[in-house]
Amino acid sequence: MQSSTRKSMLTSTILKDAVIDSFKKLNPITMMKNPVMFVVEVGTFIVLLTVLLPDFMGAKGHVGFNLTVFFVLLITVLFANFAEALAEGRGKAQADSLKQSKQQLSANKRTFSGIKAVPSTELRKGDIVVVSQGEMIPGDGEVIEGLASVDESAITGESAPVIKEAGGDFSSVTGGTRVVSDRIVVQITSDPGESFIDRMISLVEGAQRQKTPNELALNTLLISLTLIFLIVVVTLAPIARYAGVNIEAPVLIALLVCLIPTTIGGLLSAIGIAGMDRVTQFNVIAMSGKAVEAAGDINTMILDKTGTITFGNRMASSFIPVGNEKIETVGYWSAITSVKDETPEGRSVIDLMRAEQYEYDEKLAIDAEFIAFKAETRMSGVDLRDGRQVRKGAVDAVKQWVKAQGGSIPADLDEKGNAIASKGGTPLAVAIGNRIVGLIYLKDTVKPGMRERFEQLRKMGIKTIMCTGDNPLTAATIALEAGVDDFIAESKPEDKIAVIRREQAEGKLVAMTGDGTNDAPALAQADVGLAMNSGTTAAKEAANMVDLDSDPSKIIEVVSIGKQLLMTRGALTTFSIANDVAKYFAIIPAMFTIAIPQMDGLNIMHLGSPSSAILSALIFNAIIIPLLIPLAMRGIAYKPMSAMKLLGKNMTVYGLGGIIAPFIGIKLIDLIVHLWV
Amino acid sequence: MGIVQIAVVLVVLVLLVKPLGTYVYNVFSNEPNRTDRIFGPVERWIYRLIGLRNREGMTWKKYAITLLLTNAALAFISYLILRIQSILPLNPNGVGAMEETLSFNTVISFITNTNLQHYSGESSLSYFSQMAVIMMMMFTSAATGFSAAIAFVRGITSRGNSLGNFFEDFVKAHTRIFLPAAIVVTMILVGLDVPQTLQSTLTVTTLEGAMQNIAIGPVASLESIKHLGTNGGGFFGANSSHPFENPNGLTNVIEILSMWALPASLPYVYGRFARNRKQGWVVYSAMMALFLVFLATVYTSELHGNPVMNSLGIDASQGSMEGKEVRFGIPQSALFTAVTTAATTGTVNNMHDTLTPLGGLVPLAQMMLNCVFGGKGAGLMNMLMYAILGVFIAGLMVGRTPEFLGRKIEPREMKLIAIAILIHPLIILGPTAIAFLTDLGSGAISNAGFHGISQVLYEYTSSAANNGSGFEGLADNTSFWNITTGLVMLLGRYVSMIAMLAVAGSFVRKQWVPETIGTLKTDNRWFVGILVGTVLIIGALTFLPAIALGPIAEHLTLG
Repeated sequence: MQSSTRKSMLTSTILKDAVIDSFKKLNPITMMKNPVMFVVEVGTFIVLLTVLLPDFMGAKGHVGFNLTVFFVLLITVLFANFAEALAEGRGKAQADSLKQSKQQLSANKRTFSGIKAVPSTELRKGDIVVVSQGEMIPGDGEVIEGLASVDESAITGESAPVIKEAGGDFSSVTGGTRVVSDRIVVQITSDPGESFIDRMISLVEGAQRQKTPNELALNTLLISLTLIFLIVVVTLAPIARYAGVNIEAPVLIALLVCLIPTTIGGLLSAIGIAGMDRVTQFNVIAMSGKAVEAAGDINTMILDKTGTITFGNRMASSFIPVGNEKIETVGYWSAITSVKDETPEGRSVIDLMRAEQYEYDEKLAIDAEFIAFKAETRMSGVDLRDGRQVRKGAVDAVKQWVKAQGGSIPADLDEKGNAIASKGGTPLAVAIGNRIVGLIYLKDTVKPGMRERFEQLRKMGIKTIMCTGDNPLTAATIALEAGVDDFIAESKPEDKIAVIRREQAEGKLVAMTGDGTNDAPALAQADVGLAMNSGTTAAKEAANMVDLDSDPSKIIEVVSIGKQLLMTRGALTTFSIANDVAKYFAIIPAMFTIAIPQMDGLNIMHLGSPSSAILSALIFNAIIIPLLIPLAMRGIAYKPMSAMKLLGKNMTVYGLGGIIAPFIGIKLIDLIVHLWV
Repeated sequence: MGIVQIAVVLVVLVLLVKPLGTYVYNVFSNEPNRTDRIFGPVERWIYRLIGLRNREGMTWKKYAITLLLTNAALAFISYLILRIQSILPLNPNGVGAMEETLSFNTVISFITNTNLQHYSGESSLSYFSQMAVIMMMMFTSAATGFSAAIAFVRGITSRGNSLGNFFEDFVKAHTRIFLPAAIVVTMILVGLDVPQTLQSTLTVTTLEGAMQNIAIGPVASLESIKHLGTNGGGFFGANSSHPFENPNGLTNVIEILSMWALPASLPYVYGRFARNRKQGWVVYSAMMALFLVFLATVYTSELHGNPVMNSLGIDASQGSMEGKEVRFGIPQSALFTAVTTAATTGTVNNMHDTLTPLGGLVPLAQMMLNCVFGGKGAGLMNMLMYAILGVFIAGLMVGRTPEFLGRKIEPREMKLIAIAILIHPLIILGPTAIAFLTDLGSGAISNAGFHGISQVLYEYTSSAANNGSGFEGLADNTSFWNITTGLVMLLGRYVSMIAMLAVAGSFVRKQWVPETIGTLKTDNRWFVGILVGTVLIIGALTFLPAIALGPIAEHLTLG
């Protein structure tokens, strides 16, 4: 989470707006979208009628109790609305900050008659605009001429400007970002209202939020549970009347509301919105909730080697002496050649010296004349003041150079060089004058922590496949070192699609990252395609997620967030359903005890009085919603582990906890409520 | 000694599960096996007779429609026979035609494998009707249920789009399972003194010189399929408590095992189809765990007797023997009661109406769940439905969208399952409430108060679960009861069966998801717990308010 600007904040405005929204959402037409809470609202209304028209509803004498039931029911609905409004509010706050970057801009449109200033809203696909230093880019597009550095902090939160140039993988620009140097010509690629920022705004606002397949299935379950309990409660009245028990409408409604899954019904949409929000906070824009859900289901992850698993630069990893030389000697002369060498390889030699704590005479090198790497010589190095020449470079080149000076080649040089090559590394020979002292072992370095992450992925049951253009030998070495499960060497873009198709044919869901135009088909084919924001428009269009920080390894976190979203949904559903056990034991004896005193035997919680028992269960049912809002927003704790361990843990906390918690909660509430009734 | 009697039967059952399950699997796996040599020729002759040359696989829709039409045709013929039985042969006792609503009820009752009897066999049916209607449908309804369950299992465990061929399954269920088993059990029962004759009712002179009519008939043959097919409709009104239907302890055990062994072996068959026997054992364990709890409840409750009688100082050392046969005693009666309602057979060897309140709760609860072994196939389908529900709820908690047997559970399946879980409480509680709202319904109740509630609840639960046992005591041969229970039986049988076949049809076409360490496994002890939990919380809690007003209120007010 690099950017601080997009961290969701619970400001007082968001809270205030959420409170207002929770009343607005009482509108029955809005409520109908959430059938569980709609039933509660209808129940609330019926109880209100018994309060207002006690004679007509035959509820004389219970007005006080009924009024209390009415308020508790109303609060239940409001709490559920509040949860949803709060989740939406956080999205809105983010959308507002995005909208600021979308003010009316003026664009310099290139027409037949020259450059003309037009409002950005009049730009259409295919128009060409000129953007100079200090100006905002008026819409999404491709750079077709020139090169410029662009400040994209408005969307990425990253303040360092990025270079955009015509052609290649860095040609796409986003509307609302600012050119900080030079001048570019941009061809617009989106119509107004369809730009990247527009889509981001509607996504974080939740305006386009569609229910995911899993949410739909869960909703079906919740509705059928609601219907079942509706049947239970409606049929209870005539059956009870036969037994001489007259149950009033408000009591029946209280029972109904306690039994239907209001907890999960009230929090379900908040969980979905908050899950999307967590992805957004992570600076990844998911194009749909479905994509986030799919991330939780990923079986196979395809990762590019360069940039994702490794740094992509070859770096010095060790010094290897040849002949009778000592390792310190190799280090010493390697360092001398590298002090003035600004290439990543050169700098990595100095880093390695520091890490190994070898000593060398820095002054010697500073005074020397630097000989830069050339394609013809394939060497670089320094000419010292005393006339000695030091070189490092390709083994062949150094051998020739030494031979030319009449030097001899150590017998083990080739053998050791080949050993490095066979491990996938690159050997650099180091020579001083006509004496070869040893080799620098250069290799592609795996980013720190990747091994542990792949280990975690394995625990989640996710297979990792590394794609690289390297030869099989090099690829195997890196794969082993990074701990990926499989690799494709010498891979071409078509290979990625082939792998994705193969895995999908086995029923697996595949995730991949990419940035180039040639990645686009694979990104589209993958179930979760994460495009880099620095990448081409084609890649971003094809993917269903875009990483604003352009960090390909983030795909791993996205998977965790997807899993967490599903787990939170499951945990709260289980908790909500498990709660019913205790509520039954509170309400059933309370309903029947007046007519059948022996029913008090079922009152195992020893609740104060029938009225107090019903109210306590109802109050518990209401306040559990706001108590669980933070959990719904944050998601339940998740550490990668095997499915059965996770199940055991969550089942204990939310299943068993869901049975026990209401017994305690209802009893405690009853102790207070019983003071009045 | 009571416990030992029960334990012996349980052990025999457990030993029967694997061989019987293997046999049933071989029958329906459609892979060539040794039994083909014995049954093949007969079956080929039948296929030729009905013009079934290529036994192609059917989609779920075709399977379901074929099943429904076959059942409808059988029901229609049966109705005709009942209405004109007086002029048909084999009617030595001159029984008249059956009344319309009673015929309607009887036909539905037997075609749905319920065997709720609003008639008394010895006085309302000719021998021809007993054999051509009652016994015929006892075979076909069992074979229908079996076929549906096998088709369902095929659907959730295989890929393609076929659930199998209904006619082939239906024929094989008869030729390879029910007919051979029925012949064997009939022989044994005849050997143990159960009558099997076409003679008319005997008229004998008793020792006091009075004349007595003793009803007899082809009892043993009906008795065998009555249990094997979990039907439960007795030859006599008194059902298996009648000494001719169930003369001694040994016949009692044989009857228990013959109704229980097939449903108990079905989970194993499912495990074989799933190519993972553990899946089957998990389902079996969940069923057995629930069963043992229920059995223990009814056994202890009956053993302790009726507190009112006890307080009067009447010797209750034998337990509550009211409505029970002395030759069976408490253990054999309690076991029979638990098994007949678990396997939704509905045969009774004691009167459930006179069970103690908590004892009476057991048959009621098992029928409400309708998945503790369950009837021919229905129990397995219901339990697997709860398994899918359990996976759906618990599966999310491992951070993946839920999958069962490698198939994702998506909105379509949840909608179908919603129908199946909704229909059961709807057709039990709905008509119960209606019965109490009208004089037509509540007028039939013979015991006022909480016991009356249990009576009505039991009648509809028994109908909905296609069990067919009665709490009795209810004057239920009226148009109101004949029609309402008839409708409940119909809906209870076919709605969820078709919904579950549709689930299988949608499963069979799905892409398989490979199992990884991140997948929720359904073949271990955890899942037994989840399954039992789902059954109790979704299935049982629904009925708690009604049960509280019936047996629980009766129990609490008793002492």
